Amino acid sequence: MNSDGPSSTSGVGGSADLATPRRNSKRPKYSKFTQQELPACKPILTPGWVISSFLLVGIVFIPIGLASLLASRNVVELVDRYETACIPDGFKKDKVKFIQSDSNKTCNRNLRVKKDMKPPIYVYYQLDNFYQNHRRYVKSRSDQQLKSKNKENETDDCKPEATINGKAILPCGLIAWSLFNDTYSFSRSSQKLQVNKKDISWKSDRDHKFGKDVFPKNFQNRTVKGGATLNASIPLNKQEDLIVWMRTAALPTFRKLYGKIEVELKKGDVIQVTLENNYNTYSFNGKKKLVLSTTKWIGGKNDFIGIAYLTVGGLCFLLALSFGIIYFVKPRRLGDPTYLSWNRNPGGGSNN
Amino acid sequence: MARGRIRAKLRSGLYTFSCTSAPKKPVEFDELQGPGFSRVVPCNDPLLYKYRSNSTSTTKYNPLTFLPIALFEQFNRVANIYFLIAAILSVTPYGPYNPISAIAPLAFVVGLSMAKELLEDWKRFLQDWKVNTRPAYVHDGNGSFESKHWKDIKVGDVVKVERDKFFPADLLLLSSNYDDGICYVETMNLDGETNLKVKRALDVTLELDNDLAFQDFKATIKCEDPNPSLYTFVGNFEYDTKIYSLDPSQILLRDSKLRNTPYVYGVVIFTGHDTKVMQNSTRSPSKRSRIERKMDKIIYILFSLLVAISLISSLGFAYLTKNKMPDWWYLHAPDDKDLYNPDKPSKSGLYHLVTALILYGYLIPISLYVSIEIVKVLQAGFVNQDMHMFHEETGTPALARTSNLNEELGQVDTILSDKTGTLTCNQMDFLKCSIAGIPYGHRTNEVERAAVRRMSMDLDAEDFDHFSSGDSSIDEEVELETVVTSDNQEHKRPIKGFSFEDNRLTSGCWWKLPNPDLHHLFFRLLAVCHTAIPEENEETGGYTYEAESPDEGAFLIAAKEFGFEFFKRTQASLFVREKDPSSKEPVEREFKILNIMEFTSKRKRMTIIVRDEKGEIVLFCKGADTIIFDRLSEKGRTFEEATTKHLSDYGEGGLRTLVFAYKKLEEDEYSSWNDEFQKAKNSVSSNRDDMLEEISDKMERGLFLVGATAVEDKLQQGVPQCIDTLAQAGLKIWVLTGDKMETAINIGFSCSLLRQGMHQICISTKDMLANDSMQNTKSDILTQITDGSRMMKQEKDPDAAYALIIDGKALTYALDDELKHQFLHLAVGCASVICCRVSPKQKALVVRLVKEGTGKTTLAIGDGANDVGMIQEADIGIGISGVEGMQAVMSSDFAIAQFRYLERLLVVHGHWFYKRIAQMICYFFYKNVAFGLTLFYYEICTAFSGNSVYDDWYMILYNVAVTSLPVMSLGVLEQDVSSEICLEFPALYQQGPKNLFFGWYRIIGWICNGVYTSAAIFYLTMLIFTTQPFRGGGQTPDMSVVGATMFTCIVCAVNTQIALLLNHFTWIQHCFIWGSVIVWFAFLIIYGVILPETSTGSYQVFVETLAPTPIFWMTLFLVIIASVLPYFIHAAFLRSFYPEDHHIIQEIKYYKKHVHDRRMWRREKRKGRHSAKIGFSARVDAKMKQLKGRIQKKGAHLAPQEML
Repeated sequence: MNSDGPSSTSGVGGSADLATPRRNSKRPKYSKFTQQELPACKPILTPGWVISSFLLVGIVFIPIGLASLLASRNVVELVDRYETACIPDGFKKDKVKFIQSDSNKTCNRNLRVKKDMKPPIYVYYQLDNFYQNHRRYVKSRSDQQLKSKNKENETDDCKPEATINGKAILPCGLIAWSLFNDTYSFSRSSQKLQVNKKDISWKSDRDHKFGKDVFPKNFQNRTVKGGATLNASIPLNKQEDLIVWMRTAALPTFRKLYGKIEVELKKGDVIQVTLENNYNTYSFNGKKKLVLSTTKWIGGKNDFIGIAYLTVGGLCFLLALSFGIIYFVKPRRLGDPTYLSWNRNPGGGSNN
Repeated sequence: MARGRIRAKLRSGLYTFSCTSAPKKPVEFDELQGPGFSRVVPCNDPLLYKYRSNSTSTTKYNPLTFLPIALFEQFNRVANIYFLIAAILSVTPYGPYNPISAIAPLAFVVGLSMAKELLEDWKRFLQDWKVNTRPAYVHDGNGSFESKHWKDIKVGDVVKVERDKFFPADLLLLSSNYDDGICYVETMNLDGETNLKVKRALDVTLELDNDLAFQDFKATIKCEDPNPSLYTFVGNFEYDTKIYSLDPSQILLRDSKLRNTPYVYGVVIFTGHDTKVMQNSTRSPSKRSRIERKMDKIIYILFSLLVAISLISSLGFAYLTKNKMPDWWYLHAPDDKDLYNPDKPSKSGLYHLVTALILYGYLIPISLYVSIEIVKVLQAGFVNQDMHMFHEETGTPALARTSNLNEELGQVDTILSDKTGTLTCNQMDFLKCSIAGIPYGHRTNEVERAAVRRMSMDLDAEDFDHFSSGDSSIDEEVELETVVTSDNQEHKRPIKGFSFEDNRLTSGCWWKLPNPDLHHLFFRLLAVCHTAIPEENEETGGYTYEAESPDEGAFLIAAKEFGFEFFKRTQASLFVREKDPSSKEPVEREFKILNIMEFTSKRKRMTIIVRDEKGEIVLFCKGADTIIFDRLSEKGRTFEEATTKHLSDYGEGGLRTLVFAYKKLEEDEYSSWNDEFQKAKNSVSSNRDDMLEEISDKMERGLFLVGATAVEDKLQQGVPQCIDTLAQAGLKIWVLTGDKMETAINIGFSCSLLRQGMHQICISTKDMLANDSMQNTKSDILTQITDGSRMMKQEKDPDAAYALIIDGKALTYALDDELKHQFLHLAVGCASVICCRVSPKQKALVVRLVKEGTGKTTLAIGDGANDVGMIQEADIGIGISGVEGMQAVMSSDFAIAQFRYLERLLVVHGHWFYKRIAQMICYFFYKNVAFGLTLFYYEICTAFSGNSVYDDWYMILYNVAVTSLPVMSLGVLEQDVSSEICLEFPALYQQGPKNLFFGWYRIIGWICNGVYTSAAIFYLTMLIFTTQPFRGGGQTPDMSVVGATMFTCIVCAVNTQIALLLNHFTWIQHCFIWGSVIVWFAFLIIYGVILPETSTGSYQVFVETLAPTPIFWMTLFLVIIASVLPYFIHAAFLRSFYPEDHHIIQEIKYYKKHVHDRRMWRREKRKGRHSAKIGFSARVDAKMKQLKGRIQKKGAHLAPQEML
C-alpha cells in the first residue's frame, strides 16, 4: 500500500536513527482534554441527595400549589350557555335552518352574579367543537397581506377565500371569513354596562402584524357569508375582534376575549344580556357560551395547576418518606464492598 | 499471504549469493505472446507508448465524482432515504409543514457526513500529493539525470535511485554501484519483513553503471501485464538484438527501499496503479459494531411505531373527513386537490397518510447517524492522543484506523493473538551455549526467574496467612509489580540480544579451558555461518547486523562479545576480526565464500563452505538438533550425549536451540562436488531445486559436532501483566502461532497462559499414523476431543482449569465441518487455548469459528503479513505497528505499538466507549420519542388534520441545535469511573460483554421513558392551558403560546434528563447542557423580534407573552419535575438496592474510602480478579492453594530452593 515514508526499521539493530526526528512530531501533545483528565464533578445519587431533592421539590411545590389553588378559587366566573336557549321554540328541530335564515336573532339572557366581581371583568365567548386548529383552517391566511398595504394580492395561501371576481379579498382566508359575529350588550337594572373593546388583543399584533393603513376590501361579498363583516373604513389594526380571532386557538374548545367591563359587579346583581345570536355552530353541534370572568395573577379559573403542584409535591414528600423508611429499615452503607458483584455471588461466574 | 512461502521463494534467490550465477542465455524464440503479455517497454524512450501515469491516487472521490458518490453513500442508509423522501414530499401540498423544516435538517446532517468524508479524502489526497511529488532522478536523454516528481515518471524512463530512497515505480534493475550488479532492498511496506533481500541485474547491463552510459542506451522489454502477484514476473529483455529472459530477482518494486547500496539504475516497467503494490491494495472489509446493528433494529421498531400512528391518524382523518367535515362549514370543504374531500375519504386519507408519515418523522432521530459518526471520530482521537499508549522507543502512538468499532472494544469476549512479534519481541537473546560437551551460561531466562519469584512469593504469602488477609495482599501487590517490571533492570550492561553471563567465556580466557580448538571453532562458526550483512554504526563505531532471522543476529552479537567480530562482507568473502588468544590483538581474517546452502523450513539447516587464509576449505553447518545429529560422522559424535542432555535442559526452559557442526574438506573432494553443484545450478530443467537439494545433502554429511546454543525468545515488555489484567477482565485469550508445540507451550508458561496444575489437553496428529487414511486421523482427533470434553464434564473441582493445545495438522481436521462444533465446545470450556503450527489461513478460520460459533465478539491481534487474514476476519482487528512493517497495520482497525497497550485500549477506552455509545443511543431514542409523540397527541386534538402546534423552526432546531450537543458530550466525555479504576478493577469490563447497557430491557425502558415524558409534557401543558385566561391581562392561550410553552418544556425536560444521566460533569458538559437551554431561549427571543411575517405566531411570543406570565414558568417547572421523576425514582431505587459494581466504586471514591480503608480497597481489588483462571494472579492463587494443602499435610515450611 502506498504508505508514506518509512516506518522505523529496527530489525536486529536496524537503523533506528531514521525515526529520531519523527518521534516528537508523532508524540501526542499532553492536554487534560485529550487525556480525558479534565477536572469534573461526579455527583452520585446518595440517599441523602435523593431524600433531600424529594423534600426540596415537596417544600417548593406544595406552597406554590396552595397559592395557585387559592388564586384560582378566588377567580369569579360567570358562564352562560346560550346556543340552545336562543333558538325560538319553532326552530328547535332545525337550528341550522334558523341560523341561516334572515329572521331576528336577538336574544335576551339574565345572569345572576354569585360573588362580587372586581373590574376589570373580562367578557369572553367560548366555542366548542370548533376546529380552529385544523390544518386547512390554520394555513388559510396571509400575514403579508394583513401587514402591508402593497401586499394585498398575496393571497396564495388563502384558498378558497382568496379572491372574488379576480379581486383579492382582504383579509383573505378561512379564518377571517369565519369571523365570529355574535354580539353582546349588557345592562344592570336597565342601566347600560359599557363594554370596552379596546386593547383586548396583543399589543404586538396591533402594532406589527396588522397594518394601520390596511383596510378591509371585498370582504364577505360572497353570497354565502361566513361570519362577521368588517367596517371597510377602519384599518385592520383597529379591528380588534378580527385580531383576536386570527390568533387561532390550540384546542377545539376555546374562549376568546370579547371585551372588558370596567365597573364592579356586586353579588346578587342581575345582568341583562342582549345578544345577537348570528354565528352558526349548529351545523356541527357546537356549544356557545358567554363567560364573564375576573382574573388573578394566575389568570382565569383553573384548579388543575394547583392540584398538579400539590400532587407532585405530595408525591415527592411521600417518596422522601418511603425512601427514608427503606433506608432506615434496610440500610446499605454507601461504598459497602459486600455489594460488589464478586462478593454477592461467590464462586459464581466460573466461566467469566 | 503465507509468509513461509514468501520466504522460501526469496531465499531461493540467495543461492546466487556468493559465486557465479547461471549466465542468462539469450532466449531463442519469443515465448511471450498471447493474452496477458502485451506490455512493451521501450527503454529510454518513454514517449513511444502511452501507459498510465505514475501519479497514484488513493482517494475515494475526485472533484467530479464526489457529489454523486458521496450522496449515494449517504442515502444508502434506510433512515436517510426516509428523510429524503420526506423532504421531497414536504414540497408537495401533502407536507405538514414548511418544506425547509424537512430539508434543512437533512441537508445539515447529510452535509456534515459529507464534510467528514471530504475531510478524510482530503487527507488522503494530501498524502497522495506528497508521494506524487517526491523527487526522483530521471534520465533526460543525453546522459544526464535530472530531478523530477514521481508523478512525471513514465514507463521506459531510466531512473537512478540512491541509498535509503524508495523506488518510485516498478523497475527493472540495470546496474548498481557494485560490479556484479546486486543491490539490497527492504520490502517492509510490501510484506512486512524487515530483513533485506538481494536483487541482481542481468549481466549484459552491468556496464551501464554511470550516468553517461545511458546516452545511447536502447532496449525493449516485453513482459506481463500489470498484476498483483508480488513474487512473480515474466518478461524478456531485448538488448543488442538478443533476447534475455527476466525473472523477479531483477525487479525492484515500488514502495520498497534501497538499502546498503549507494545507487542503482533501473528502467521503469510499471507505473502508478499498474505497479504491483498498488494492484495489491485492497480495501479492508467494512465492519460494523454489534451495537450499530442492534441500533438498526431499534430504528425498524420506531419505523413500525411511526407507520402505526400514521395509520391511526389517517384512519381517524378519513373517518372524520367523511362524517364530520361536511358539517364544519368554516373549512369550506371539499378543496380542489381532494386533500379534504368528504366524498372521497379514502383518497384524502391516503394523502393524509403521506402527511402523517412525514410529520411523525421526528420519532426517527435524523441526526443519530451523524452524531454517532462525529462522536466516534472524537473518541478515536482520544485513542490516538493517549499518552499511555504512545511508545517512546519507536515513537509510535496508537492509531484508530477506523472509528466504526469503538464501542465494540468494550464488548470483546475472546482475544486471538499471534505470538511472534505480538507477545514476543521477535528478538533473540543469546543465553546459553554448550561447547564440546561443557555447558556455559548462568543466567536464567524470564520464565525461570518468574518461577523462582513466584515460589518465594507464594511462601511469603503463606507466611502472611498468619496475619490478617489485608496485610498479605499489600505485599502481594508489591511483589506482582516488581516481578513484571523489574525484568530489564537486572542487566548490568544490557546488550541487545546478549544476556549471556559466564566469566569462563566472557573474560577472554577461554583458551585455558579444555578443548580450546573446539571453542575457537565454535566462535568462528558463530561469526561465519550466516547470511547477515554488517552495518557500521557511525556513532559508536560498532556494528549492527541485518540478518535474515533474529537468531543469527543474536549469534553475531554473541560472537562479537566472545572476540570474533564479523565486520565486512563482500560478494566473495567474509571478514572477521578475531581476538587471537596468543597475541590478544585483533587479527583480521578473510574467509572466501565458496558456497552457501540456505536455511529453509524443509532443510532445517544452513551450510557455508569457506576457504580460510591458509587455503583450507571448511564446511560450517548449523541446524536443528535432529537433523545435525543424523549427519554426524562416527568421530564427530564425541560430545553427542552431553550436548543432547544440555539441549533438553534448554528446551525445558523455553529456549530455542541450534546445533553447530563443521567438517574440513580436501581440495579435490570439494572441487568435484562443486562441479556437480554448479552444473545442477546452471541447468534449466524443472527439477533443478530437487537436484540441488540432493547434491547439497551429499556434502552435508560426516560432520563433526562442536556445540549448541540456546537463545531466548524475549517476551515484549509488560505482556504477562497485560495478560493478567485481560484475564481478570474476563477475556479469553487464544494464542495462534506458527511455532512448534514445545515453543508455544514455553511461551504459554512465560506469559501465564498456562500454569502448573492446569490440565493440559494436547491434541495432535501422531506421526506414527502418517500412513493412515484421512478418515482414521479424523476419528482419532474426534476421540481426543471427546475425551477432553468428557474429562472436563466429570471434573468436580470448581477451581480446576483446562488448557487446550492443538497443533496445526490436527486443527485442519478439527476445523472440518463435522468436528468443528465439538472442537469449539471443548475449546470454549478451556481457560486458555494455544494453537501451534497454524497457517495464516487457519488463523482466519479459527477466528471465524470462534466468531460464528460462539456469536460473541472476537478480537484478533497480530503484527505480520501472516496475521492479515485473521485481523480482517475478526470483529476487531488490531495490528502491532512496531517492528514488522505495515501489512498487519494496513488491514487492521486499530494499530498499537505494543501488546501491552491492549490492556488500556480495551479495559479503559473500550469500557468507556461501550457505555458512552450505548447510553447515547438510548438517550437519542428517548429524546426523539419524547418529542415525536407530542405531535401525535396534538394530532388527535386537531381532528387528525396533520397540523402541528409547533412553529416549523422549532422543529428544525430540535434535532440540530437544542438537543444535539449535550448528547454528544455524553458520547464523547462520559466516564463512569476513572481510567485508574478501570485498570484496578478489570472486572468492570464484563459490563460490556454481558451487554448490561444495551440490552432490550434498557432500550425498551428508555423508549417507555420517552413515551411517558411525551405524555407528561403534552397533557400537563394542555390541561393547564385550556380555555381560561392564562394571565392577569385576561388573554386566552392560542396555538403559538401553547406551542412555545410545550416546546420549552420538552427542551428543558430532555436536557434535565441527560443531566441526570451523566456521571461526569466537566465544564464542557455544563456548557452544552445548560447552553442548549439558553440557546433555545435566545432563539425564542431573537426569533420573536425579527419580521412578524417570518415568525408569524411566534412574533414576540416570549418577551411579550410568556416571560411575564407566572403560569408559563410554573408549567415549565412542573413539567420538568414530572417528566424526570420516574427515571429519578428508578435510578435512585436501583442504586440503593441493586447497585452495580461501578456504583459501589463511585461511592467508595466519593467518600474517599479507598484512602481511609486501604485494606478494604486492596482486598476488593484482589477479589475482583478472583474468577480468572489464567494470568499471573491466577497462578499465584493456584499455587497458594496447592501450598496450603501441602503445608497442612507436612506442617513444615519449605525453602524456595527446595521447591525448585
